[in-house]
Amino acid sequence: METKGYLDMDLLRFTTAGSVDDGKSTLIGRLMYDTKSIFEDQLEAIERSSEKRGDETVNLALLTDGLKAEREQGITIDVAYRYFATPKRKFIIADTPGHIQYTRNMVTGASTANLAIILIDARNGIIEQTSRHTFIASMLGIKHIVVCVNKMDLVDFSEEVFSAIKKKYQEFSSTLNLADIQYIPISALKGDNVVDASKNMDWYTGKTLLQTLESVQIISDYNFEDARFPVQRVIRPQSAQYPDFRGFAGRVEGGVFRPGDSITVLPSGLTTKISKIYNADVELQEAYSPMSVCITLENNIDISRGDMLVKSDNLPNVEQEVELMVCWMNDKKMNPTGKYLLRHTTNEAKCVVKNIAYKMNINTLEKIVDNFEVEKNDIVKITLKSAKPLFFDSYKRNRGTGSVILVDEFSNETVGAGMIV
Amino acid sequence: MSYNLNHLEQLEAEAIFIFREAVEQFENPVILFSGGKDSITLVHLAYKAFFPAKIPFPLLHIDTGHNFPETLIFRDELAKRYGVKLDVGYVQDSINRGTAVEEKGLNPSRNTLQSITLLEKLEEGKYDAAFGGGRRDEEKARAKERFFSHRDEFGQWDPKNQRPELWNLFNGKKAPGESFRVFPISNWTEMDVWQYIKKENIALPSIYFAHDRNIVNRGGVLLAESPYNTLLPGEKYEQMHIRYRTLGCMTITGAIFSDADNLDKVIEEVAAARSTERGNRADDKRSEAAMEDRKKQGYF
Repeated sequence: METKGYLDMDLLRFTTAGSVDDGKSTLIGRLMYDTKSIFEDQLEAIERSSEKRGDETVNLALLTDGLKAEREQGITIDVAYRYFATPKRKFIIADTPGHIQYTRNMVTGASTANLAIILIDARNGIIEQTSRHTFIASMLGIKHIVVCVNKMDLVDFSEEVFSAIKKKYQEFSSTLNLADIQYIPISALKGDNVVDASKNMDWYTGKTLLQTLESVQIISDYNFEDARFPVQRVIRPQSAQYPDFRGFAGRVEGGVFRPGDSITVLPSGLTTKISKIYNADVELQEAYSPMSVCITLENNIDISRGDMLVKSDNLPNVEQEVELMVCWMNDKKMNPTGKYLLRHTTNEAKCVVKNIAYKMNINTLEKIVDNFEVEKNDIVKITLKSAKPLFFDSYKRNRGTGSVILVDEFSNETVGAGMIV
Repeated sequence: MSYNLNHLEQLEAEAIFIFREAVEQFENPVILFSGGKDSITLVHLAYKAFFPAKIPFPLLHIDTGHNFPETLIFRDELAKRYGVKLDVGYVQDSINRGTAVEEKGLNPSRNTLQSITLLEKLEEGKYDAAFGGGRRDEEKARAKERFFSHRDEFGQWDPKNQRPELWNLFNGKKAPGESFRVFPISNWTEMDVWQYIKKENIALPSIYFAHDRNIVNRGGVLLAESPYNTLLPGEKYEQMHIRYRTLGCMTITGAIFSDADNLDKVIEEVAAARSTERGNRADDKRSEAAMEDRKKQGYF
């Protein structure tokens, strides 16, 4: 890796969907290996493990299978994060298992991703799992999909096989509202079209996977229209040097804020103007997602954590009842009339399930309306009533102000992940 | 549009968000300060998160008694510079109390004993959240660690029963007696940390840079001369030109041969490195799941 230009790199977060059998771990191992992100001692360690297990060649999948149980059972059971960088970009991979019972893990990995890699075994074509992964990616608002048709070496690098899978995927995904889908024929095991262009598929003239990851445009994925600033903490030094300083710390969740902007404070509805914007001691001329800043205001208004600063000419929805798509994350079933604790931006409120509209069969994309038992890994459309008004945008418009988690008040566990419709 | 943050700006924004979130969600947090570059970076990020207010929590250092002297001097100066309270737990105190037992053998390591002293100090200080400089790229068990990592009332980590973490929404709810470890720089790599140190001009202890030191080469690990290291038959110290890539106890932290005597050279060296930074940590090599086992018991 070159150090030159490193400071100008940007950051791409992506998730990989597919099961062990699709060669997902091998693909990640290949990406890291061919970008020289694997160190000698790591390689030696997996060489030793491969030998112990009796694998014939070095098993690149062992790089990503971190925990004891996974190495023993040969499956990935949780979200693991991997890192590599090229001179252009730093990459964060959320590596999640693809089995049906792990929908919740895929949802977790996808929640922060800019891009999803969907792996298809060239021999099997599109299977139930492919549609499940694609649906989750679209529901989680991932803007870029890269369909990797893997194991091309096992179908004689056939263009016909690739084209047929591509055509079928285009047909079925057309209903899912995915803006940017790219298709790449690869062999993760042999390295074709992962980092280096394949010598076996001269009929494919597109980018390799790494070139695609390096070049996909992600800046426009952020919302720069609806200015939203959930207040995280009030900063009051009350020191001799800063006796009257009163700043509002938080992360910009949409739009652009500048000193002098007219803003409205929710829920009070009071209005004022932005005085200054700081990152520590540096004064900024503008703040946008995903910056963490501290904002001071012209008037002394009572503001606390959970409040939201928005531009006065662009207000979010303010409601107590919201409709959401929810992925259930917990062993304990959803209580169809139960009370939960809801976390939304920096806000926290009690809420109650008012209505379950339907459950999604994520393999067939059919709506189930005659069974409202909500179990772990289920995806449902529900209505929640919150004990106080929420300030939100639809998830589709703004991930930051359109997402919630549900917490069980007794176990304190995170039991649901919701996207406001 | 030019509304673009580079990777270091994004990582900084994320870490600052985590600090502010933890301070709001927990009653009595503390930074676990090891004296190494990651925890020094952590203190700098905490400073930025709450500026112009002071860092609203203390530093906690677990002193094994086997530290590099340079680390302790640096630690005390740093606490003074940031105006932050320093709380120190001594492994020797745990040994004296009988809650920890020194390893047998000629060169005992106190590395595993740190966990005992740490848990005792967390309980004594009633700290309900401890910030750590752990990074997911460091070690395979850490790759699955959460930003907000739940610990049961015995301080233990259960990797199979972790709370899902989605978007920017962090759940720090807990029962009495339970606690959290919080890792603001989870998504940073070793290179990110070094680049950030350069960008922000963060001061580091001198032992990160190339210098002459008396060293014994024990099975490939370059150990410094210290009162805690007993030479084995046939061994002798020799002066070598070295630096440290990570900092731990003098008894287990291996040096590397290096001419990198400034930040630019260190960054160049890290970029060209062919082994991980924990590659010369004897503690990780004890078994394939050594880190996972220690983490379950309450290690950082």
